Amino acid sequence: MATLTSDTTHSPKAPLWTRLPIVHQVRQSVGLQRGMLVAGLIITGIFILTAIFAPLLAPYGFSQLRDENGTFGAQLEPGGNHLLGTTVGGYDVLSRVIWGSQTAIAVMVVAVVLSIFAGVALGLVSGYFGGWLDRVLVVVCDAVYAFPALLLAIVMGIVISGGRSDLIGGILAAAISITVVFIPQYFRVIRAETVRIKAEAYVESARVLGASSGRIMFRHVLRNATRTLPLIFTLNASEALLTLAGLGFIGFGIEPSSAAEWGYDLNKSLSDVTSGIWWSSLFPGLAIVLVVLGITLVGESLNDLADPRLRSRRAPGKNAGVVAATSVVAGGTLTAGPGGVDGLETSPPLPDVHPNDDPFEAK
Amino acid sequence: MTTVAMKPPVPAAGRSPKKKTSPGGGISRYLLIRFLLIFPTIFILVSMVFWLMRTTGDPITAALGGKLGPDQLAELISNAGYDRPIFIQYVEYLGQVFTGNFGTTISTNRPVSEVLFTYGSATAELVFYSLIVAFIVGIPLGMIAAYWRDKAPDAFLRVFAILCYATPVFFAGLLLKLVFAVWFKILPPSGRASIGSELQMQLLPDKTGIYFIDAIKTGDPMVLSDVLMHAVLPALALGLLTAGVFLRLVRTNVIGTLGTDYVNAARSRGVNEFRLVRTHAYRPALIPIITVIGLQVALLLGGAVLTETTFEWKGLGFVLIEFIKARDFVAVQGIVALLAVIVALSNFIVDIIAALIDPRVRY
Repeated sequence: MATLTSDTTHSPKAPLWTRLPIVHQVRQSVGLQRGMLVAGLIITGIFILTAIFAPLLAPYGFSQLRDENGTFGAQLEPGGNHLLGTTVGGYDVLSRVIWGSQTAIAVMVVAVVLSIFAGVALGLVSGYFGGWLDRVLVVVCDAVYAFPALLLAIVMGIVISGGRSDLIGGILAAAISITVVFIPQYFRVIRAETVRIKAEAYVESARVLGASSGRIMFRHVLRNATRTLPLIFTLNASEALLTLAGLGFIGFGIEPSSAAEWGYDLNKSLSDVTSGIWWSSLFPGLAIVLVVLGITLVGESLNDLADPRLRSRRAPGKNAGVVAATSVVAGGTLTAGPGGVDGLETSPPLPDVHPNDDPFEAK
Repeated sequence: MTTVAMKPPVPAAGRSPKKKTSPGGGISRYLLIRFLLIFPTIFILVSMVFWLMRTTGDPITAALGGKLGPDQLAELISNAGYDRPIFIQYVEYLGQVFTGNFGTTISTNRPVSEVLFTYGSATAELVFYSLIVAFIVGIPLGMIAAYWRDKAPDAFLRVFAILCYATPVFFAGLLLKLVFAVWFKILPPSGRASIGSELQMQLLPDKTGIYFIDAIKTGDPMVLSDVLMHAVLPALALGLLTAGVFLRLVRTNVIGTLGTDYVNAARSRGVNEFRLVRTHAYRPALIPIITVIGLQVALLLGGAVLTETTFEWKGLGFVLIEFIKARDFVAVQGIVALLAVIVALSNFIVDIIAALIDPRVRY
């Protein structure tokens, strides 16, 4: 719902790599926006790499309490064998922060994938068929959407795992709790798009040609309704992490012996803070902030770039109030001819419709 | 989270043209419909929580399962009526909720409504304080960011806003505690008041439960300052979270209005820049802002749960966690139901305000 006018314009002759989702946006952005997007991409990249290489990076295991010299000891100050100190439970803070990235990424991916599938399916069916089912689903989703996400996740957490559980169970419980919260968002966006698209000429043509409802829904409507998904995807990924951390913080996390989870560590460090022990809370907290910051920067930049009103323009493009058409014809844009035939060479490209066509780009 | 813009208008395409032919019907009809929509929202949420909680079993086994023998347990269950068909229990529960009777807590054996009242006032106080923080911080900064769009102040403020959002409220709380309560020792680390002040307020004949009011009633400036000092850190932690949202919201919408013709017209008439932003651009941007503030109530309540746990602020969120730990699901159901009512009511109030400000809303 964040954007209704996304820019799907690219010249058909642009090399393939510039049309890849992220690369395209990086090239499209300018100045501050580019800085934010690139910064976000770097942070997110580091996060993903950390998660992948956690076994190599982490000096100890996430549930390791002792090495050959005996137990680590609780609440050790940063330095020596434990660069970031140890927690009240005697774990190595650095190792748990690094391992925590794996848990975080697992939950984020599972939650977002599940909610995309459920939300998209519901939204498509609801928007396409309409009727009483549609109304009921809309009211239910609005009610769920209005409710505090964390509370809903808590209730789901109780139902699914009855509190804490092992690694897979814990990750699934957290992910499903988050999914329930996110389904309404995907549902709303996809439903709105479906309702709009199903009135389009090409859907009617397909129907006239005798295509089945299923084929129209998945081939014609869904393909054109997914433009805004990457945006919600990034925004929800960060929200998923915050919800996971929140669940962990109030005691619905994953057992410390099954996986490292930042929110759980923060909860355990609650009592440390009052006695001036800062390292056990600061580093897991910073990890959460950085990851959410990175993903949000990416999501935000994509959002702004997709919205012509918010996209920063190069200085001269002031009166380019042209908004890319909400592609009536797939791939058709303002640069294409009136018939919307993509790549119609005869039509002169409008200036500054798309920054890639911007004559000032070369500076 | 970037659902900053107004709610997407529910697409009316292709359905019931009758509605379009009867424009308006006046504000009273609009408000009536909005009012009636409260009930399905509450109904759906309460039912959802009921069924979800009950899939895990009856509340008595959950709370006392390990402590009593099977015979005693069975007796308690049948006394409380939990052995009847679940649908009958559901109908009965709905009836109770409708009359404001949420049952009795299992772990502490107090009427849930009493619990709700006692702790609800604490949460309300916290939410109120943090809204003040959010308004004071978020709105002026949003205007500044919009005015200097894409310049240094904007860049700085946008990152600040994202940081506000990216920092989990409990981590912000921990940091604030660490800095102001542990290192500088200028503010109390937790609680709603010191013991002395609480005793003094307990002696009042007609307590409101809202400490600010009670403290004024004692007539002791020391008590009042004590209560306020305790509120600073929780209000900041929760308020900054919301301030980030407000900042982004004000920025986006003021950018929209700053580009309009009437703002240019005002500028050409020589209206000074401060007034231009403060009045001409800000006022029309208010409606989406108010709408989203309504949605923030859910975020605030979710955040309040975490803030209260961080600062041992004995409000609804704090006891909710206690009840969850005691597996007292009757109490959990009651609290969640109350929060559902609050969310639904606040959405209704937002609709009223939006309709009063802007006649276009009452379609």
